[in-house]
Amino acid sequence: MTEHARTWPTTIPRPSAAFDDYTLSEIRRAAATGIYDIRGGGAKRRVPNFDDLLLLGASMSRYPLEGYRERCGTDVALGTRFAKKPIKLSIPITIAGMSFGSLSANAKEALGRGASLAGTSTTTGDGGMTPEERGQSKYLVYQYLPSRYGMNPDDLRKADAIEIVIGQGAKPGGGGMLLGQKISDRVAAMRQLPKGIDQRSACRHPDWTGADDLELKIQELREITDWEKPIYLKVGASRPYFDVALAVKSGADVVVLDGMQGGTAATQEVFIEHVGIPLLSAIRPAVQALQDLGMHRKVQLIVSGGIRNGADVAKALALGADAVAIGTAALVALGDNDPKWEKEYAALGTRAGCYDDWHEGKDPSGITTQTPALMSRLDPVSAGRRLANYLKVLTLEAQTLARACGKNHLHNLEPEDLVALTLEAAAMAKVPLAGTSWIPGSGI
Amino acid sequence: MPNIDLAKTPVRELNAALHRLTPTTNETLWTVTNPGGEHSIAVGVDADVTINIHGNAGYFCGGMNKNATIVVEGSAGQGVGENMMSGLIHVKGDASQSAGATGRGGRLIVEGNASARCGISMKGIDIVVKGDIGHLSAFMGQNGRLVVFGEAGEALGDSLYEARLYVRGPVASLGADCVEKEMREEHKAELIELLKSCGEAFKIDVSEFKRYGSARKLYNFNIDNAGAY
Repeated sequence: MTEHARTWPTTIPRPSAAFDDYTLSEIRRAAATGIYDIRGGGAKRRVPNFDDLLLLGASMSRYPLEGYRERCGTDVALGTRFAKKPIKLSIPITIAGMSFGSLSANAKEALGRGASLAGTSTTTGDGGMTPEERGQSKYLVYQYLPSRYGMNPDDLRKADAIEIVIGQGAKPGGGGMLLGQKISDRVAAMRQLPKGIDQRSACRHPDWTGADDLELKIQELREITDWEKPIYLKVGASRPYFDVALAVKSGADVVVLDGMQGGTAATQEVFIEHVGIPLLSAIRPAVQALQDLGMHRKVQLIVSGGIRNGADVAKALALGADAVAIGTAALVALGDNDPKWEKEYAALGTRAGCYDDWHEGKDPSGITTQTPALMSRLDPVSAGRRLANYLKVLTLEAQTLARACGKNHLHNLEPEDLVALTLEAAAMAKVPLAGTSWIPGSGI
Repeated sequence: MPNIDLAKTPVRELNAALHRLTPTTNETLWTVTNPGGEHSIAVGVDADVTINIHGNAGYFCGGMNKNATIVVEGSAGQGVGENMMSGLIHVKGDASQSAGATGRGGRLIVEGNASARCGISMKGIDIVVKGDIGHLSAFMGQNGRLVVFGEAGEALGDSLYEARLYVRGPVASLGADCVEKEMREEHKAELIELLKSCGEAFKIDVSEFKRYGSARKLYNFNIDNAGAY
């Protein structure tokens, strides 16, 4: 080839869509270490979500409510089916279960403070109930997990509700692992295991299997607590119609449905990104199961997994949920992934907004750590205040949208208020593609 | 001496009455007749009382027990003594699966056999089974002692933490990270104490038992052990 030939136009470098930069980096990482990638958080890839829906608002045929004059209710009662003492929350936005162990004691206290200021509930996690959390939480939901770490009848009775965890959106069918570096003396004592060893959380409950057994387990928990406490069942979104139907059959008061965007403290990346379904696709089948059994609004439905703003809240409720739960967003409100720690995130090989190695216990923000020096960075009072502010904003935003749709309570939002921007979202949420009357899959 | 006939009284009333007991109660001996395999009998009790159940109990009998002595004059269904904190549960017949699951303290004695997953995820309880136990017993056992006079099914002590297992008969197989360990004098002394607590001291030669525990190789994740999981 001559020098002259090299002046011909050439194509620019073309990255592969299949082998993108992240994929290439993961292959190199796997080849170097021989171990799968573990991280916290939920699915990071884009999946159909609430941004693919729009609220229609009022028009000639619908009357809006005056934004600063007319009331739009936000209260919700959870556990009205069997419990003697249902929980009555001021807002339909709850704090999802996150364990002491994966989170610092200060972070748990801050969640309790923020939730209480906003008139809502917070939830324990796989590690038992801490006094800080109970003390600062007006309404505390006590998780009943396969590991039963920290489980005891005294704390069960101190709780305002009991949430039997069958699965979570980040890893339906998976257990958990709290790595040894986060097992401080206190965490170890609460879980009755030696300090510094990895603590595995089983994926199945040790003393029941299947819905028939679960019915008896629920009966036992009700008997222990004299039928006072609402019993929630939490499932990861995978087969929502059947899971919700079985939850109703088992005697649950409340079903918590967690989509694949819902976070975890630590799980394999491949599990988070490839198991379970997006929340958007899970709500309508869940509501359909409740409606088919005549239990919609009688067994309450809490949905979670990727709720970020008041629009997400309004859309979830319009699809038929009674309330939502937030986890990742609550941690961000406390201070997780704050750019003010940018230098320290960089030292950990990441950047603010992307930090997800929560299992390593090195969190610069002091939230997902048990290291005293880092934990002390989080002031539970001011962090709780930030969470309360955020919850208020979510509520105000949802109210604004509901009023625009002419609704005097968030629970009056309905699928008819929604349209979809994409075919996928239209099919999953079972609402028309915008500008059409077409709901893919409906046969119309 | 309260006598509750479950043919006439709902379990809910029995449990509510037991939950109302105060530490200074004089009602320290309870008799439950016609249990008929009812579930959740005497769950969540927190009182130093004795409850004699004359017949078979269903699921979760004595669940989360604290301080009480519960005697089942028959067999017990799934999850007897689950998550018990203290006290004693004595099953005169057989126990179904998950007996003593996640138990944190106290003693569970089974005169007959116990089914699969006996002592699963045990966290401090002492369990004595005078017959055989089924598969996957003491799975992820964290603490406490499990004594078996007879045989153990497959995968005994799978993923075991610090629970100590003593089995006199053959073991079908050991689970991941569970190994046979030397039976030293302190272990024989411990076993004698456990046998004393269930009325069997010096009736059985403790040297007939083998001791099993965790090899502790899976305590911290190592990719080279992936095949063991």
